[in-house]
Amino acid sequence: MEKEIVIRMEELTKRYGAQTAVNRLNLEVLEGEIFGFLGPNGAGKTTTMLMLLGLTEPTSGMVRVCGYDPARDPLKVKEMIGYLPENVGFYEDMDARQNLRYIARLNRIPDEVSAGRIDRLLEEIDLAKEAGKKVGSYSKGMRQRLGIAEVLIKEPKVLFLDEPTIGLDPDGTNWMLDLIHNLSRERQMTIFFSSHLLEQVQRICDRIGIMIKGKLVAAGPLAELAQRGLGLEAGEAYTLEEIYMKYFKEA
Amino acid sequence: MHGIFTIYRKEMEDHFSSIRFLLITALIVMVGVIIASMVGMSMQEELKGMAKPDFIFLLLFTSTGKLFSFVQFIGFFGPLIGIILGFDAINRERSGRTLSKLVAQPIYRDAIINGKFLAGVTMITIVMVSLVLIISGLGIRMIGVVPGAEELWRLLIYLVLSILYISFWLGAAILFSVVFRSTATSALASLAVWIGLSFFIGLGGSLLADAIAPMNQTADMEQAQDSFVKNADVQRAASLLSPATLYGDATSTILDPLRKTPRSFVLMGPMERLSLSRFQNPLPLLQSIVIVAPFMISLIAITFVCFGICYAVFMRQEIRST
Repeated sequence: MEKEIVIRMEELTKRYGAQTAVNRLNLEVLEGEIFGFLGPNGAGKTTTMLMLLGLTEPTSGMVRVCGYDPARDPLKVKEMIGYLPENVGFYEDMDARQNLRYIARLNRIPDEVSAGRIDRLLEEIDLAKEAGKKVGSYSKGMRQRLGIAEVLIKEPKVLFLDEPTIGLDPDGTNWMLDLIHNLSRERQMTIFFSSHLLEQVQRICDRIGIMIKGKLVAAGPLAELAQRGLGLEAGEAYTLEEIYMKYFKEA
Repeated sequence: MHGIFTIYRKEMEDHFSSIRFLLITALIVMVGVIIASMVGMSMQEELKGMAKPDFIFLLLFTSTGKLFSFVQFIGFFGPLIGIILGFDAINRERSGRTLSKLVAQPIYRDAIINGKFLAGVTMITIVMVSLVLIISGLGIRMIGVVPGAEELWRLLIYLVLSILYISFWLGAAILFSVVFRSTATSALASLAVWIGLSFFIGLGGSLLADAIAPMNQTADMEQAQDSFVKNADVQRAASLLSPATLYGDATSTILDPLRKTPRSFVLMGPMERLSLSRFQNPLPLLQSIVIVAPFMISLIAITFVCFGICYAVFMRQEIRST
């Protein structure tokens, strides 16, 4: 079965003054895929994500998310996507349930519907016991799990996760990666996630894009990148780190 | 509309539970009550044995008693309510990293500003209406006079003016909260503009007037008069840039129909006596409204200008979480 293209970027460019943050990016992401967006800090990953969300306007080039232009139809796009920013914040003096309900209301989900979803999500992220506490007292791990719940409450088609595992302990990281994997496999969500932690990307991503200094230097399934980048035959052992360093040195 | 309503609702909840808002409200209500009772007492003394003047009920709000009048007080410190409600509207969300999440929800970006502004205006309305009701209640008890229909109308217009005036400061404070990333900076900037526009614009106005149309000290009576009038005109035009002057002139006209000039209460000394510079008969309500309307429209206009800048800046701002 032919899969739909959910995210499409053509010659996407973003400049800040003289500096080019994203340089002629061409990329497609298919439905139900986990796409890992790799690159060092400051490579333009977050800027790309902001353009996909319509939170900043591209200097030139084309973006389509679920067939809509995020700069022109921001609401259509925002209805279908969930975005977890890096280091997401919460309303500290509200508890988890109130935070979730606020996001649900902003998404036009009536309170009767959201109440059930919130209970289910709180179970899922293992915060049901702490749901009555103010978010100000939460640990980093709990906050990140609450962040995921806020994204999932609107039942999005596409997830944009910006460094979702940064600052988490190994246990939390594993939990997060398993969740991302399950969301893609069981709920057919398309997941676009940026990271610079290579093993994690290698573990769960279907396809990988490597971005360095604003340019997408490679994109494709891991095995393909290994063949192209390292000149390996199928079946030979490789790690993503080897591939990444190869491209990094070239760039 | 849906987004505005949701944000409005949350902001109202925040306001009602925020300690600083409760503090300022408590302070203002307390001062309002003190002023009302002081004025009431001094009026009881002064009016002993005299025929009751017209619009005695409005005197509760405009006469200075021993310190200053209620109208002066709101003219001075009303803007603080607006500033306190608005100075961290946007940059608090930014520093709490909730703004990037908020703008990623399916709401228009201006809904965020609108919702916050409307919630602020509602709070201002609640504070002002309750203040006027408290003073009216105390006043009726102390001086034993029931307000007439015209007095009620005038009070109502005064309320609308005050809400507009304080809302202007709310809008200005929200603008600063969009422009500045740090809440301390936006608070200080709002205060600086408040002090500048309220207290120093008169000084700047007279400097400007002396520079543009200096007063002639000649023997020729007519020439001297002429230059004096010009100087005063320039000074007045400059002072109209200040929302405090607009508000002061408008309120003095509407609340004191016996007053000859729309000179503001706010800038007048506490020694002012009731009998000075007054008409024999009051200005009719309609005429008062005619005088006040331009001031009101100016207040609305500058609020919209503030808002326009606010939108223009906020819509183009890139919102990152880091």
